[in-house]
Amino acid sequence: MTDATTAGADVGPVTTLATPISLDFDFTPGVAQSRFLKALATGTFVGQRCPVCTKVYVPSRGTCPTDGVATTEEVVLSNSGTVTTFCVVNVPFAGQSIEIPYICAQILLDGANVSFMGLIQEIPTDQIRMGLRVEAVWVDDADLTPSLASIKYFRPNGETDAPYESYEEYL
Amino acid sequence: MAERCAVIGVGQTHHKAKRDDVSIAGMVREAAKMALADADLTWSDIDAVVIGKAPDMFEGNMMPELYLAPALGAVGKPMIRVHTAGSVGGSTALVAAHLVKSGRHKRVLTVAYEKQSDSDAMWALSVPQPFAAPLLAGAGGYFAPVIRAYMRRAGAPDHIGRMVAVKDRLNALRNPYAHLHLPDIDMAMVEESIMLWEPLRYLESCPSSDGAAAMVLAAEDAISGSNPPAWIHGTAMRSEPTIFAGRDQVNPRAGRECAADVYAQAGITNPREQFDCAEVYVPFSWYEPMWLENLGFCEQGDGWKLTESGATAFDGDIPWNCSGGVLSSNPIGASGMLRFLEVAMQVRGQAGEHQVDGAKLALGQAYGGGAQFFSMWVVGSEKP
Amino acid sequence: MSAPSGTVRPVSVASFAQSPNIRRDDQRNEVEGLLPVIAEVFGNIGITKDDVDFICSGSTDYLIGGPFSFVMALDAVGVWPPRAESHVEMDGAFALYEAWTLLQEGEIDAALVYSFGRSSLGDLNEILTLQLDPYYMAPLWPDIVSLSALQARALIDAGKATEADFAEVASRSRRDALANPKAQVAKDVAVDVLLQDPYVVEPLRRHALPPITDGAAAIVLAAGDKATAWSERPVWISGIDHRIETHALGARDLTSSPSTALAAQHAGVADGKVDIAEIHAPFAHQEIILRQAMGLDASVTINPSGGALAANPMMSAGLIRIGEAASRIAAGQADRAVAHATSGPCLQQNLVCVLEGA
Ligand SMILES: [Zn+2]
Repeated sequence: MTDATTAGADVGPVTTLATPISLDFDFTPGVAQSRFLKALATGTFVGQRCPVCTKVYVPSRGTCPTDGVATTEEVVLSNSGTVTTFCVVNVPFAGQSIEIPYICAQILLDGANVSFMGLIQEIPTDQIRMGLRVEAVWVDDADLTPSLASIKYFRPNGETDAPYESYEEYL
Repeated sequence: MAERCAVIGVGQTHHKAKRDDVSIAGMVREAAKMALADADLTWSDIDAVVIGKAPDMFEGNMMPELYLAPALGAVGKPMIRVHTAGSVGGSTALVAAHLVKSGRHKRVLTVAYEKQSDSDAMWALSVPQPFAAPLLAGAGGYFAPVIRAYMRRAGAPDHIGRMVAVKDRLNALRNPYAHLHLPDIDMAMVEESIMLWEPLRYLESCPSSDGAAAMVLAAEDAISGSNPPAWIHGTAMRSEPTIFAGRDQVNPRAGRECAADVYAQAGITNPREQFDCAEVYVPFSWYEPMWLENLGFCEQGDGWKLTESGATAFDGDIPWNCSGGVLSSNPIGASGMLRFLEVAMQVRGQAGEHQVDGAKLALGQAYGGGAQFFSMWVVGSEKP
Repeated sequence: MSAPSGTVRPVSVASFAQSPNIRRDDQRNEVEGLLPVIAEVFGNIGITKDDVDFICSGSTDYLIGGPFSFVMALDAVGVWPPRAESHVEMDGAFALYEAWTLLQEGEIDAALVYSFGRSSLGDLNEILTLQLDPYYMAPLWPDIVSLSALQARALIDAGKATEADFAEVASRSRRDALANPKAQVAKDVAVDVLLQDPYVVEPLRRHALPPITDGAAAIVLAAGDKATAWSERPVWISGIDHRIETHALGARDLTSSPSTALAAQHAGVADGKVDIAEIHAPFAHQEIILRQAMGLDASVTINPSGGALAANPMMSAGLIRIGEAASRIAAGQADRAVAHATSGPCLQQNLVCVLEGA
């Protein structure tokens, strides 16, 4: 049926070889994201407010995605937030650095209007739930860098769960 | 004034985990030659070629349309390469349709493919960026939290996802081109499969496939071939931002508005009654009930009830994914085009074992990214 | 074959904007670089994103080294409520073609087209190698400058041009770029001085190569009432077409460009006098090939902007040619212009667009 199989009788089976490709790139996080990253190096979350819709983005990539304008006003955010939704990762894959199973959650920081994905620890996987209140646990001060690696993980902060209505629109 | 446009030829490969017997060019030619034969045409009858695929990094080949031009008979012709994330197979067909509808060309060949086994697609999807957190969740980890949000919102019971997983794999047994053929599939088998991203189990997720799809689209005065044409009654694309405050990922507005647009063109007011079947991009089982609601086949919160009632099964009143869908074959770039192609096959009466009796009007849908890109078309056996 | 029917709907290039073209923008990410360009292309004619019915962009992932680079770029527009939107993994000129096609159907009246590309992030010469046949060519890593040098050598050996001709093109382009505030390389250097340049890959000397450029561009297309409302002197697209050639360099006559000639014929280049041409010729010798393919004689002003030798932002350089040509007609400096875009090694794929003032 294929060109390959009609020719195949003479040439034998197709063999393959891997030809690895390696390219180096200089990464530019951009103006807004650089501010976010530099704040991480001080153990702080910094978001940016849209001048049109007033929503607070964290991390901001420099624009409000719905209004298409630059976000300029910086907003220091809380260290605590709410788990809006989550999944328990049971699958091993390349590049993974944590022992499975573990919890990945969408976390809505207090004062922010978008959630971002974070690792949840210090709670059994069968007790994770939507609405759980969590706080960021940072690496030791000496190890803080302008990178998301500065956040070790999030853990329950002991507060009562947030009501569904309070984060419903962020699902 | 837009010209009428119809599908007059379809072709696809047997989708497999690894097509190591052919090159990328050999694979796309296989689908394209089948579509040309179906339309009773040869390469020289084609005016333009529109090709689509997901990220170039999946195969390590930048702008591969350049390399594929001679293999697809495009030399001396216009050739366009589309990339709109997972919806790309659908949007590629739509760009081809516009080339005909605009009066620009009479016959356009459109092709979509992925040859994931040529490189490492999982790696390509998650190229580590500096300053970012260590890799957290993997591909399904993006969608599993959305599924949990749907379950909570709709009050859906756990077994719905497993029902979809079984239904689509049973359908795949009727489709010789499907990648997964699991004759023993049942609820217990899905439940026993390993939990990947809770609540998603292995058998509730799509496979990774090599494969290609192709169609020939023609203007009304250029119809050919012995199979009847599938007339295009409506086409629509919609996009919304990937991340924004208050974004509804369970029931994205872009999907609802894309459906409203394509329904208005095709005169659809009650999709469940008016369509004979639908092919909808369901890479994870739970996306069937979610898209049933998003596409207006039922009221909000009732999608899972429709699935549970058997309405979307092969013998139901509105069968979804009779081909086995993305859950049974997932050559990523081609997956969207396969949805569009399968509904064309249905209204042309050429779907063989998975043919819905007397299908006259059908919806094809594809989505991509984090469900922020949508493309849809409605095809029918009657001229619009 | 596919002759455009006689009923082409008039579509105008209503607005054009481009970022400054620079060697490396190490402050801003793609979205931040695109944002002011989108604001300007709307601001030029006093409209907003709500006034366009369709959006189409052109870019490629490999420049950035990550998949889905077009996805986040869309945040520079703000597609909310949701919009009809599409993307080609091609130069923005081809995105413009897709948008123009939709406008032909008569159901929408305006479209935003944009493109972006940061060539500075990786080794561009290496990255472009990945455009080659992945089985027979790419594993050998021939770089794009060397392939272009093969083409230049063929041109010289065929007696169609000399190294001095290449230098002539480079000298003129960069001199003209002195009048282009967005240009990256602008200087007045005489041909005999340029011919002292060392070879990068013989017969290409340094001046015959394009700069490496970060940049972005955008165009608003309009039809119907919007076209006349948004421009005092609308610039109409009277013809547009594009064609591709085989990928196998050994199967092509590299000294000619039959795909350009065919596209020019279908776009109607020869149907009237051409005042200026903006040609997307990244390497100096390619201008000579393209000019001949489009039948542009000595009376035509070539690349008054400086062309791709003055600034070559990947994925935007073609779209910018259309914008530059349209701007000159809008300003009354020309009545009829040709714009050209290319893609692939040694001019494999080419688009030709003919623009006319009212
Ligand atoms: Zn805003």
